[in-house]
Amino acid sequence: MTEQIAAVAGPDVDSAEWLRVLAGTGPQREEGLARLHALLLRIARAEVARRGPRLRLTGPELDDLAYQAAADALIAITSKLGQFRGESRFTTWAYKFVIFEVSTKIGRHFWRHPSVPFDAEDWERLPDRFGFDPAREAEWRDLVAALRRAVDEELTMRQRRVFVAIVLNSVPLDALVIELASNRNAIYKTLFDARRKLRAALAANGYIGDDGWRRQ
Amino acid sequence: MNGWSALERFLRTDPSDVGCAEAMELLDIYAELAAAGAPVEERYPGVAAHLRACGPCGQDFEGLLAALRGEAH
Repeated sequence: MTEQIAAVAGPDVDSAEWLRVLAGTGPQREEGLARLHALLLRIARAEVARRGPRLRLTGPELDDLAYQAAADALIAITSKLGQFRGESRFTTWAYKFVIFEVSTKIGRHFWRHPSVPFDAEDWERLPDRFGFDPAREAEWRDLVAALRRAVDEELTMRQRRVFVAIVLNSVPLDALVIELASNRNAIYKTLFDARRKLRAALAANGYIGDDGWRRQ
Repeated sequence: MNGWSALERFLRTDPSDVGCAEAMELLDIYAELAAAGAPVEERYPGVAAHLRACGPCGQDFEGLLAALRGEAH
């Protein structure tokens, strides 16, 4: 499905000025690049601080990550200036690049201290991953067994690999992108198709109806 | 949330979900409209569906929105 963007007349005045300066040469461009880098660094620092509590990263590592993200975003932005169409403000478009760079670098960082190999298949983790109460195992045992059977029988090798990494082993999607030398869209689509197949298999076996679970 | 609803939520897919590539392409436009209080989920329902389902893209959206709101203060 593709969503349409409203037609725009062109960049606003501030955005046009950014484009003029960055597409130019000499000291004015250098000053523009320095100004943009400072903006990107501020956004990167704010973003790593926002995500920091959920990461196993210390203060200096967070700042290093922010510097790297700002530097790489600056390179990406200057090489893609021709792709800016003025549908948002230039700075918003630029911030998007630095946010993506922060995500990529956090994904890479995951593999410095992985808690478990991405392809380890410990199915005992499955109930815990979805928060099933061990004290009520009699209620969910059949469902979890059916889910595992559907993973075995319905998924392709690639779908199974992605399911195991993300669901059983809690590997972040952006970290798996790096491990499998893929991209976010491809991994998401693989998992999306796996989810659809698993739901259909559980429905075919009477575990789920159109609007929710049918307890067995 | 119990295990049943967590699993049900995980397995539920929305056919209008545009996927990561298109959501990332539109993220700056979407975030700017959202920051301005526009009815962005109605304007871009497929992006909205994707951001609800995809953790990483949802995180990026929250980050971009935070950047825009921080800029306004």
